[in-house]
Amino acid sequence: MSFWKKFGLKKSPWVFHVNTGACNNCDIEIVDCLTPRFDVERFGVKLVGSPRHADALLVTGGVTAQALPRLQEVYRQAAKPCVVFAIGACACDSGIFMPGYHMAGPVDKVIKEIDPNAIIAYVPGCPPKPEAMISGIVTALKAL
Amino acid sequence: MKISLKKPVLAIGPLHPLQEEMEFFQLTVDGEIVTDIDVRIGYNHRGIEKISETLQFDQVPYLISRICGICSASHPLAFVQAVEELAGITPPDRARYVRTIINELERIHSHVLWVGLAGHFIGYDTVFMWAWKYREPILDILEKITGNRNNYGNVKVGGCREDIDDSIIGEMLKELDKIEKKMNMLTKAVLDDPILQARLKGVGILTKQDAIRYAVTGPTARGSGVDIDVRRDDPYAAYGELDWKVITQPEGDVFAKAVVRLLELFESIKIVRQALKKLPGGPIAVEVKQIPAGEATGHTEAPRGETFHYVRSDGGNRPVRHKVRAPSYVNVPSFKASCIGTNISDVTITLAAVDPCYSCTERLAVIGGSKVTYDGKELLRLSRGKTEQLKKQLGFKEGFKFE
Repeated sequence: MSFWKKFGLKKSPWVFHVNTGACNNCDIEIVDCLTPRFDVERFGVKLVGSPRHADALLVTGGVTAQALPRLQEVYRQAAKPCVVFAIGACACDSGIFMPGYHMAGPVDKVIKEIDPNAIIAYVPGCPPKPEAMISGIVTALKAL
Repeated sequence: MKISLKKPVLAIGPLHPLQEEMEFFQLTVDGEIVTDIDVRIGYNHRGIEKISETLQFDQVPYLISRICGICSASHPLAFVQAVEELAGITPPDRARYVRTIINELERIHSHVLWVGLAGHFIGYDTVFMWAWKYREPILDILEKITGNRNNYGNVKVGGCREDIDDSIIGEMLKELDKIEKKMNMLTKAVLDDPILQARLKGVGILTKQDAIRYAVTGPTARGSGVDIDVRRDDPYAAYGELDWKVITQPEGDVFAKAVVRLLELFESIKIVRQALKKLPGGPIAVEVKQIPAGEATGHTEAPRGETFHYVRSDGGNRPVRHKVRAPSYVNVPSFKASCIGTNISDVTITLAAVDPCYSCTERLAVIGGSKVTYDGKELLRLSRGKTEQLKKQLGFKEGFKFE
């Protein structure tokens, strides 16, 4: 990745939140990050309303069969380069729902079907605490 | 339900910044007025009932608490109550009180969460930030008791997994006093705010008749003047031994639902305080040897309404059938009564007013939209075909008949 692309990605990343079949738990913890106790907006991390504005996708939940085309479409729409964060045990490896008949697979598998070079970061936990999410995002962006 | 293609249809979803979960609303509009609404869900269906049948009775509560992250104490409690009824077990007194405390703390955090989100939906982010700030101490208490901010995993068949340490009770009571003060401030700030009153009063009215017709439960029903609450009507855990009251409001609009939720906060704090003071000693769990064959049901009052679980056992260590009915399953169709005839800008808050939880609701999914209808003849043909196929596989001769 070129210097300028990396620079653009690292400084105040704007995130888009995609729920692909989560139980709301990781979602409320993501929203929790934005509220006064953790307040990630002071670092420039902002939740945006469209994937076209986003530097990073926060994907929660093991991908269900019905959510699979939607997630791929959202990834296609996101401005590249873009980091995909698989947040929570379900997004990392389908978690407890792995044997379900309606599960299309974990997030990395689904994203790599359409873009083999996608950058994917994992934040495990059920649900990960807001501190873990912030730490995960910082670590991933540093490693770029 | 069919939607006419001649009229303009406004789509909300599936990934809409307004709601956290995936859901798809189609609003048929006439100018600014909504004339019809269609809800399509199924994005969150994970096949939990089927996975549950492959797990042991001890493992199921962990799965069930992940039906919904916000009701992660009510769902396992309903399941565990069903299994306990089946096995004829009475949980120890201390376990009943611990369950009550965790369920009520969950209700407080869920209602405060809703108040914040409702503020966010009408573009009043001050309420959102303040409400979520005051929600944090409750999560801290829950973390102290159970070890996790959400998904407590504290209920098991026969009792509880983790005990409340007697040494932290005084600390918790102090913390509750602080929380009550803050809630008092938040409630006054929300209910006396002229902007919120102007925005929410008379919006998305669900009349008492409609509430009964759609069989809504929880704060949605109580906000329409229907006086139901499982905690009082069929006491479980320790609710029968504590002093509290059910809050109802007759108006049925969004403001009434907000009032119900905000006043319920104080009832919940009252319950937790009494339960902590009355907390009896003794063990927190009894040993369970075997679950006999049979069927049973359990229901609890989740923050959003009545959660119902049905369990059937054949005497083995796994449930052979597990059925879940979550509160949003009956609350979501009431959009048809409350949204039609309102302004488009009021729809968002009306949709949010029942506090819909789609991950709770989604018990059935149809993939690909194909419709297959089997009548009696078709089923008979399929059955005969399969028998023939099996006969061939097993090597039966032509004309073989079972004696």
